[in-house]
Amino acid sequence: MDAANYLYLSALLFTIGAVGVVVRRNAIVVFMCIELMLNAANLSFVTFSRINGDLNGQVVAFFTMVVAACEVVVGLAIIVTIYRSRRSASVDDASLLRR
Amino acid sequence: MMMNSTSIVYLIALPLAGAVILLLAGRRSDKWGHLLATALCASSFFVGLYQLSLMFNRPSQERPVSQKLFEWISVGTFKIDAGLLLDQLSICFVLLITGVGTLIHIYSISYMAHDPHRRRFFAFLNLFIAAMLLLVLGDSYLNLYVGWEGVGLASYLLIGFWNEKPAYATASKKAFVMNRIGDMGLSFAIMIAFATMGTVSFIGVQAAVEQTSTPVLTGIGIMLLVAAIGKSAQFPLQAWLGDAMAGPTPVSALIHAATMVTAGVYLITRSNFIFDAAPTAQLLVVIVGAITLMFGALIGTAKDDIKKALAASTMSQIGYMILCAGLGPVGYAFAIMHLLTHGFFKAGMFLGAGSVMHGMNDEVNMRKYGALRKAMPITFVTFGLGYLAILGIPPFAGFYSKDMIIETAFNAGGSKGIILGIVTLLGAGITAFYMTRVMILTFTGTPRWDEKAQPHESPWLMWLPMAVLAIGSATSGYLLSSNDSLVKWLSPLFESHEEHHELLPPIIVSALALVMVAIGVAIAFLKYSRREIDAVAPKNVSIFTRIAREDLMQDRLNEAVFMRPGQELTKTLVKTDAVIIDGAVRAVGRLTIATGLSLRRVQNGFVRSYAAFILMGALAMIVAIWVVVQ
Amino acid sequence: MMWLTLLMAIPIIGTGVIAILPKKNEQAVKQIALTTTLIVLATTLAMATRFQRDNVELQFTEKYSWIPSFGINYALGIDGLSLVLIVMSTILVPVVVLAGWNEPQGGRWSVKNYYVLILVLETMMIGVFAATDLFLFYVIFEAMLIPVYFLIGGYGTGERSGAAVKFLIYSLFGGLLMLAAIIALYVISSSQGGATFDLAALSGLQMSSTTQNLLFLGFFIAFAIKAPLWPLHTWLPDAADSATPGTSVLLLGVLDKVGTFGMIRYCLTLFPEASKTFTPVILVLAVISILYGAILAIGQRDLKRLIAFTSISHFGFITMGIFAMTSQGHSGATLYMFNHGFSTAALFLIGGWMISRRGSSTIADFGGLQRITPVMAWMFFLAGMSSLALPGLSSFVSEFLVLVGTFTRYPVHAVIATFGIVLAALYILIPVQKALHGPTTPGNENLSDLNLREKIAIAPVMAIIVVLGFYPSPLLNVINPAASHVIAQLGFSDPAPSNGGK
Repeated sequence: MDAANYLYLSALLFTIGAVGVVVRRNAIVVFMCIELMLNAANLSFVTFSRINGDLNGQVVAFFTMVVAACEVVVGLAIIVTIYRSRRSASVDDASLLRR
Repeated sequence: MMMNSTSIVYLIALPLAGAVILLLAGRRSDKWGHLLATALCASSFFVGLYQLSLMFNRPSQERPVSQKLFEWISVGTFKIDAGLLLDQLSICFVLLITGVGTLIHIYSISYMAHDPHRRRFFAFLNLFIAAMLLLVLGDSYLNLYVGWEGVGLASYLLIGFWNEKPAYATASKKAFVMNRIGDMGLSFAIMIAFATMGTVSFIGVQAAVEQTSTPVLTGIGIMLLVAAIGKSAQFPLQAWLGDAMAGPTPVSALIHAATMVTAGVYLITRSNFIFDAAPTAQLLVVIVGAITLMFGALIGTAKDDIKKALAASTMSQIGYMILCAGLGPVGYAFAIMHLLTHGFFKAGMFLGAGSVMHGMNDEVNMRKYGALRKAMPITFVTFGLGYLAILGIPPFAGFYSKDMIIETAFNAGGSKGIILGIVTLLGAGITAFYMTRVMILTFTGTPRWDEKAQPHESPWLMWLPMAVLAIGSATSGYLLSSNDSLVKWLSPLFESHEEHHELLPPIIVSALALVMVAIGVAIAFLKYSRREIDAVAPKNVSIFTRIAREDLMQDRLNEAVFMRPGQELTKTLVKTDAVIIDGAVRAVGRLTIATGLSLRRVQNGFVRSYAAFILMGALAMIVAIWVVVQ
Repeated sequence: MMWLTLLMAIPIIGTGVIAILPKKNEQAVKQIALTTTLIVLATTLAMATRFQRDNVELQFTEKYSWIPSFGINYALGIDGLSLVLIVMSTILVPVVVLAGWNEPQGGRWSVKNYYVLILVLETMMIGVFAATDLFLFYVIFEAMLIPVYFLIGGYGTGERSGAAVKFLIYSLFGGLLMLAAIIALYVISSSQGGATFDLAALSGLQMSSTTQNLLFLGFFIAFAIKAPLWPLHTWLPDAADSATPGTSVLLLGVLDKVGTFGMIRYCLTLFPEASKTFTPVILVLAVISILYGAILAIGQRDLKRLIAFTSISHFGFITMGIFAMTSQGHSGATLYMFNHGFSTAALFLIGGWMISRRGSSTIADFGGLQRITPVMAWMFFLAGMSSLALPGLSSFVSEFLVLVGTFTRYPVHAVIATFGIVLAALYILIPVQKALHGPTTPGNENLSDLNLREKIAIAPVMAIIVVLGFYPSPLLNVINPAASHVIAQLGFSDPAPSNGGK
């Protein structure tokens, strides 16, 4: 099977994630879309690893997963805190940094 | 090679020490300060006498002595020593300054007795004496410059001694600023001399004159003349002298009659080697002197303030000296002679005026005097001797000195001689007129005193100096001119006399002068002695009188030409600085802020719009890279 | 012995001691600050006695590798010019500390911070004059802005924040131009026998005239902002208006001298050809500064701004002397830097005392001070006389040397500049008349005269002003060799007497 197909899939997933981040308001959904983008990137890395026949891509994928895990921890904690204080998980409501 | 002396410096050091002690000790020296100052000034006079006696005992070529104190400024070839030079010319000034100075110190002890700041007054007097001595003793133009500005400072401090009155404070400021214009001329002269001759010492410049081109010498000469004009209140910088009468009367006598204002004559005489080689500059000197001579005399005819009338007279008499000094080698000695006799009679008359004011509650308006002859006999006699001297009645001092000037003017040759001769003669006539007017208004006629005035003779501490000066007014002319003693004394300093072309014999000149004086006196008698004098200056007078009362419009002219435009320029520049230069700076700041503000709108706080921007940025970069790679 | 490092270290040690002290103990803080600055002064004077004045080479040199990979050294060394300025700075700091004993009280921050800033600034003032490595010089040149920024913004009056920001950004702008020029020099040097920031090594570089001109401008604009030269001067009146008198003294007396010092040390040495190219323009700017500063001083109603504008006029004289390229002009300019430090210090300190007593800096609010506070009034008068260069006071010697030195080569400039002395009489005598003379203005009746501390603080300044007026030789002997060395290096010699072409 052509390895390029994986890359198309990766691009598709990334685009879906990106559109989701821009379009959706719910913080949890936005968050999931970001995860989707990260994993799309991971898919690309692994694919390139396969194409090039070395392990570099896979190693980077592992790094990305670790970063994503950290991000989930911190991000969810923030979302939960915001939800607690303002009873809403909409990202548009949390625009306090503007001023 | 000039002889060295180690004792010249004491002439300056003694009064300078007095000034320093009195100023630093402050109120602690209130009790004895005036005595110390007087003693120090007197001892300086005795040092001067001692120097004179030493000088007498040497042959005429070895008379000048010098003293090098220390190296003052030395950069590259610009080497100036703090050096003093005492020669036949400077000793004349030293004795005049310290002699008249001491008398005026004595006079001031009594005159200023009721002033709470008398000690400060004496400190300034001593400071003035020191600076004036430095002026005449410095051995280079730069040393002279220090004394030159030093006397300007002392004059400023003393004119503004009662500076709680705004008008007096303004007068002192005016004097200082107008003097500074003259000082600028002196700076230029020094700069030109250094740039062209490489030296600024008197001896060095004198030696370099021969190798120097005439335009340069003319330039230096004109700049020196500007300096003299400022300091000696000559046309067109004379406007400060009348206002300077704001100072206490002893100051007017010492600084603004006898010594400081004659510094210009000293400067021109001292620089004789430059002027002799620069005929154009010399001609300008003569013209300035002639104009001022008439200017001062005309102003003198219209003044009701006794001090301002005397000040106008001073201006006019210095005009005589400047004119004479501009006539070359024949004139220098006569200029100095008139300077010395003038020092006596004008200082004496100012002290007399002070004595009158002392007895009349500080009234200066002569229209409120009258018949003071009986109330103040000593003042009348001493003032009268000065009056006879300034008129040039034989055998009083002015007769010898002024006649010489008129004679020299006539003998200047050609039409120049005739014009100058007539100007000086006319001046003598007008002088006789306005001085007679002062005498009549003050001492004769009927009393026009204020009710409170109780005229009385001044205490002996005041009339004694007046008497001494009066004796000087009576005798100094004869003493200085018998056997041509002063001329011979000074002659080694000046180039030998040119051939003498006599237009009129001396006896005719004297006769003409006396006739002019008689006419002047007669007119004054007719005008003021025969009828009542108005207690208030009449308003409906001719345009000429009004112009003369306004100092011949000089203040108005200065105001219209320099002051108002200057103030406008200042205001405009202050505005320009704030609006244009600083405005440009602030505009850059505002532009930066405005850019920031407009870009800030992008930061709207919505996470999703940031994400969209990031996305678009990433896309743009991919496109850009794709384009480049293609 | 590492004299210069020692000099720079002492104030830092002082800040360490102050840092340990409790905030409440203000008196102890002040005393330690004063003691530290006096120790620095004593050390400086001890160093000055060991200075060989006829030696034109740099003395007391030190060199340690700092960032070897870029060829950056910690290199110090002084010649007559730097020595004179270091002595001036170290005399002024204790005077400022003593004179402004109560100055920091009105500040936004603690008294302790004030003295830490002053001491840090003193270290930098010594360093900036002693540095012989361009990178080190640049670092100190920029770092000096920080303590002054906080001194103005934290302890000043009025629009202090705005003035501090204006000062900082204006100076940084110039500094960045200079940084670009320094980097360019570094790059050029790497192609000519090794990359370096060493001043001596950089002064022999081969450059095309365009390069040299551009780099010269990079340096010169930075220094002209510091100096300040017309039309880059507008930050100064605002800064002086808002700063405390003590800060103003350090700002105008010392920091601004870095500008004129830099013109001599860096512009002339590094870019001799470009200096000659730009001389006509710079001289015109200097003459404009002289007259412009003087006229604007006459037009000011605020005492502090007036003094600031007189300084602009004086800096014009200094710049003119530097670029006249004669030994008189050069020595005069250096001496002028020293003298200006003291006459401005005297004006600002006494003016500051007048202002703090009256609670207003508007000249018209004063009046008749001579009768109420005679000592203060006379001191102000004397300071003013020094500012208008009265013969017998120190500034006269330097001002006249600058004028004479300029006249021998550029007579027209010198003649126009001389009109400045008449304007000087006006800008000093007008405030003297308004503030000291005339009747007593209501509100002034109970002003107190100088106290003992203030008299002690101002006495050395006045003594220097008077003594150097009559006897400037000790300073001139140190300055002359350095000045004529610079002139000779540029290939100039004093014009010979011309005799007017006869």
